[in-house]
Amino acid sequence: MFKPLTIVTSKTVVLPASNIDTDQIMPARFLTMTTKAGLGEKLFNDWRYHKDGSPTDHYLNSDAAKACEILVGGHNFGCGSSREHAPWALSDYGFRVVISSEIADIFRNNSLKNGILPIVIDKAAHQWLLDHPGEAVTVDLKSQEVRLPKNGGTYKFEVDAFSKHCLMEGVDEMGYLQKQTDAITDYEAKRAHAPASAI
Amino acid sequence: MTNTSPKTSPQTLFDKVWDRHVVVAETPTNPATLYIDLHLIHEVTSPQAFTVLRERGLKVRRPDRTLATIDHSTPTLKNADGTRPYVTPQAEAQVALLLANTEAHGIETHGWDSDHRGIVHVMGPELGATQPGMTIVCGDSHTSTHGAFGAISFGIGTTQVGHVLANQCILMPKPKTMAIHVNGQLGEGVTAKDVILAIIAKIGVGGGTGYALEYCGNVFREMTMDERMTVCNMSIEAGARCGMVAPDQTTFNYLKGRKFSPENFYEICEDWASLTTDSGAQYDREVHMKAEDIRPMVTYGTHPGMAMPIDGLIPTSQNEADEKALNYMQVKGGDAIAGTPIDRVFIGSCTNSRMDDLRAAAHILKGQTVKPGLIAIVVPGSENIKREAETEGLHEVFIAAGAQWREPGCSMCLGMNGDIGAPGELIVSTSNRNFAGRQGPGVRTVLASPETAAASAITGVITDPRTLTCEAA
Repeated sequence: MFKPLTIVTSKTVVLPASNIDTDQIMPARFLTMTTKAGLGEKLFNDWRYHKDGSPTDHYLNSDAAKACEILVGGHNFGCGSSREHAPWALSDYGFRVVISSEIADIFRNNSLKNGILPIVIDKAAHQWLLDHPGEAVTVDLKSQEVRLPKNGGTYKFEVDAFSKHCLMEGVDEMGYLQKQTDAITDYEAKRAHAPASAI
Repeated sequence: MTNTSPKTSPQTLFDKVWDRHVVVAETPTNPATLYIDLHLIHEVTSPQAFTVLRERGLKVRRPDRTLATIDHSTPTLKNADGTRPYVTPQAEAQVALLLANTEAHGIETHGWDSDHRGIVHVMGPELGATQPGMTIVCGDSHTSTHGAFGAISFGIGTTQVGHVLANQCILMPKPKTMAIHVNGQLGEGVTAKDVILAIIAKIGVGGGTGYALEYCGNVFREMTMDERMTVCNMSIEAGARCGMVAPDQTTFNYLKGRKFSPENFYEICEDWASLTTDSGAQYDREVHMKAEDIRPMVTYGTHPGMAMPIDGLIPTSQNEADEKALNYMQVKGGDAIAGTPIDRVFIGSCTNSRMDDLRAAAHILKGQTVKPGLIAIVVPGSENIKREAETEGLHEVFIAAGAQWREPGCSMCLGMNGDIGAPGELIVSTSNRNFAGRQGPGVRTVLASPETAAASAITGVITDPRTLTCEAA
């Protein structure tokens, strides 16, 4: 389970490239892991490490980056595969918020399940964030606002009510679904008596 | 919220299938609880989900609606002694864990001893487990493939794999709908792969985000099921989790007599035939394309939206990201893409590893030779396909041409099993993603149809299959 998320104030790590795919976030050769432990070390592996395993000078390898909880990505962040290893790695590294002008569906969904708030923000705010790496930004989930320093302004963002509730309260969706067991059983019974596949 | 009856209000195909599966309706504060008819699982995205079940003492609610196979981490070669050269002990352990988990929970599993094992999105349809009007999920983004049968089918993450194992349901707000109409006559040598690459190039790699796609028009109506699967498979490459084709006689003919086909088949076909978009139904967005405008396509960059006609010139970069992609690919805007030297060819993946694909590649490779020094591997999508291709003698065509005929699996599509290229190599691949490093660190990927891949294997350069056919004739 994850820690509830209400307000995050943190400096940002900015990865400005568009279409950063989940193969970049977590290369497929690490997907043979059958637990979630230690995935943060593999995050953006091929950007952060040379072939011999020694670290590159990528910003994500710095102590400053490791202290950040907010990642700002280029347009269409997280496209590609459904591997939840991508948000697991981001979470293990320490990120709680991912901001972009567009975020891929499955990645967005997987992030929410792991206590990471994916924020799609308008282009002006996104550009400001891309232009100001390392600034301390406040994300307030309750008021659905991103507050930028240095007169950057305050921007609203959308989040569906259920995801917001789950993040703020640390709600366990498995538990929520388990409470619907009767409705699921009724549905199955109704369907079993329906002709063909129609119900 | 409108409160019109679905019987009187025209509905899209997506709406009809969605409505049948709502267990608890969506409200302004809660997503819908959607029932899942078929849950496909494999070794990569299920282990942590089974761990959650164990930790909470939960059972698999419907093992009878769950179907497992091993495909991603599996070697496509066999050692002389019959053992399998796993890329790492961890890969072998992952496969073993899938088999142990499914055994413990009573889930039908097509492992090494099964005649039906294969890429999960090839196996499901082959067994007739994939059917019109179903909801289908799998911890794999290419689950969109099954939409070819008129199912709502999409990829989920491992947390949701756990939800479905335990509850047979997922929580989900209803997506928007988008119709992609392609009408007209496809030109000679233009394949389903070219059609979907042209669609992604048009709407963009994120153009389908938040939408369920429906492929409409005579071009899709006239396609075989293999071709429709190629199209739906790559819906996710436009950002759409789900892409559908309405079921029709082609669908029913395909499904008749398969292992999981319903006993009351003709009765069910009547219901399935009702799963079409009603006239007057509204989509949230519609896109129209002319079949005549589509040419054989290849990618030139590092995402599937960077696709272009094979006989065209590489677009010049419009921004820093494009520039970076062109640099990675070592190509230059304004140059022709055809004629670019290549190092490897991969024919396979859940996009293009079915009989239609292998026949098309064999047709081009028959009596030809793979360019010396070039590595060409052909990986059938399943044990079924491997057998069928061998019955037709296709493997002999590939082997005689100098290509490798491998064991079924995902293989070089994502290179998880160790089937990867060397840094810097250019691979013409019939798979679905050309992301940087996808087929091995530093490897450059050009996505193409089986025809283009086969033609390029012969010449050693990116080759328009239409030009090869002319020469051969």
